[in-house]
Amino acid sequence: MFDRVDRDLPARAGVGYKPQHFSALLENPGAVDWLEIHAENYLGDGGRPLAQLRHLAGRFPISVHGVGLSIGGEAPLDADHLARLKALCDWLQPASFSEHLAWSTHEGAFLNDLLPLPYTAATLARVADHIDQVQEALGRRMLLENPSTYLAFAESEMAEVEFLQEIARRTGCFLLLDVNNVQVSAVNQGRSAEAYLDAFPLDLVGEIHLGGHHADRDDQGAVLLIDSHAAPVEDRVWALYRRVIARGGPKPTLIEWDDDLPDWPVLEAEAARAARVLAGAA
Amino acid sequence: MTMQAKTLAVASALACAMTVQLSGAAKADEMEKCYGVALAGQNDCKAGEGTTCAGTSKVDYQGNAWKLVPAGTCTTMELPAGMDGMARMGSMEPLDRDMAM
Amino acid sequence: MMQAGFVAALLDPDLPVPAGLVAPDGAPAGRRFDVYRNTVAGGLTRVLEAGFPALRRLVGADFFAAMAGVFLRAHPPRSRILMLYGADFPGFLQHFPPVAHLPYLPDVARLEQALRDSYHAADHRPADLGAIPPEALLGCRLRLAPSARLLRSAWPVRSIRAAALQGGPSPAWRAEDVLVLRAGFDPEPHLLPPGGGAMLAALIGGATLGAAMDAGGEGCDAAAVLGLLLAQGAVAGVECAE
Repeated sequence: MFDRVDRDLPARAGVGYKPQHFSALLENPGAVDWLEIHAENYLGDGGRPLAQLRHLAGRFPISVHGVGLSIGGEAPLDADHLARLKALCDWLQPASFSEHLAWSTHEGAFLNDLLPLPYTAATLARVADHIDQVQEALGRRMLLENPSTYLAFAESEMAEVEFLQEIARRTGCFLLLDVNNVQVSAVNQGRSAEAYLDAFPLDLVGEIHLGGHHADRDDQGAVLLIDSHAAPVEDRVWALYRRVIARGGPKPTLIEWDDDLPDWPVLEAEAARAARVLAGAA
Repeated sequence: MTMQAKTLAVASALACAMTVQLSGAAKADEMEKCYGVALAGQNDCKAGEGTTCAGTSKVDYQGNAWKLVPAGTCTTMELPAGMDGMARMGSMEPLDRDMAM
Repeated sequence: MMQAGFVAALLDPDLPVPAGLVAPDGAPAGRRFDVYRNTVAGGLTRVLEAGFPALRRLVGADFFAAMAGVFLRAHPPRSRILMLYGADFPGFLQHFPPVAHLPYLPDVARLEQALRDSYHAADHRPADLGAIPPEALLGCRLRLAPSARLLRSAWPVRSIRAAALQGGPSPAWRAEDVLVLRAGFDPEPHLLPPGGGAMLAALIGGATLGAAMDAGGEGCDAAAVLGLLLAQGAVAGVECAE
């Protein structure tokens, strides 16, 4: 079941695709071997976004990364949105589909953020149920991404890694390991990123994300890292990434840069850095 | 409009269009270049990246508590006297209604 | 449930941070919760800024951001497809007293929304009208491209938008009917000649070409309107009675 998906995302470097980079990317892909898109930007009916995507899909494996499914929402999944995602996956036949361990909707309103969840038995049952529905609807295995968090829930009963592992066990989904999110959440939750990564089931990881963050302070003056996707990957995150690759072997690795976009050569250089780590481990 | 005038109008529009189509024949080659230009504001979904800017400084709108006034180019675009009294609002014509084909 | 209280506090900074949200030491979450507040409000504000650039120039960046903050709390997105968020903005502007003295703003917003809608609308293949004799075409219905949008305004809405984005003199105060067409990938707002708005409204409503030309009235330059449709490849289908 769901083995269609496990094929094609290569264990090499990719980048999050931005329309601003279309021409430069085609001219000189460099170290970039695959692309990721945010599903919701390609759910329009036509025009340039879909024309670009059709063109790119002929050249690169594509990973579809959803940002609006609200898998952790208390309400049922939005059937209409799920149908649109299915239509996109049906014509595009992407190499991978992933979403977030988060929620973003309430009573029909879409809040455009990845909001946090308490790690309880009730949340676990709900998320697993929603992932079952997604995989059933799309007819493929999905990847679930670990979130960046800025606070904790007093009611949480499980560690995040334990929670993700149990979700994967119940649903058969794979995991998307965002190493930057691990660093951001570890600092913000006062935990060890190394311990988190060492406990992470790397055999279930179908993709890795690397991105930039920036530092702020909370009310007590403690460092609060913000997952901004608007900067180069920090050295600290590169070190954690090398640790992951050393233990788990090469994995498809994405540079995520969504805001204050750099020129193409800067983004390509980040991908090339990831490609060197992957080549070193191969 | 008489039938003859209408027929003439249509004929001249069709003749014009033929000329335009001929001169536009090379367009297909330029399609790929054309893909590359992005409309500002097209790409709006991001992966929920955090931000610390602005949002919390909510400005409450409770009638007279609102102190801000528009301060852009509208200030140099004075309406002629009397025109703001005739505000007829525009209407979008829906194009998706069923039409027999 | 938990998420209802979370959302209420998310959208209203005057509400306390919900109980049970904590920092690592167990202290109340405080500013940590504000990261989510900022991300939601800031993110949606940026979506509106990107979608309504002329409106923003007209009222100024600070005013626009403050107004967006009011709008997004009253009308949060109902769809996860944010590139089209803002369909309720014109209606909101119509009833927002701080801009009541700028009665043309709702139509500027309608035009900007029409351009975005058109950008993402379905593709089409232009119909070939060359084979139909002109007399016969008068009895046909023309189906316009899915990316076509007609905006009939009592204000010089196209000129106001152009002046806001490119500078230039204050427009002549007249009504403008605008047809947004997308010949390739980039929608353009075309100014219609007198009678063009009425003619196109009739055409869109299902009238035959001949009847639509009559609806345009005396002085309607029907050849120019039809010429525009043909030159832009905006006719997607033709249905002739027999």
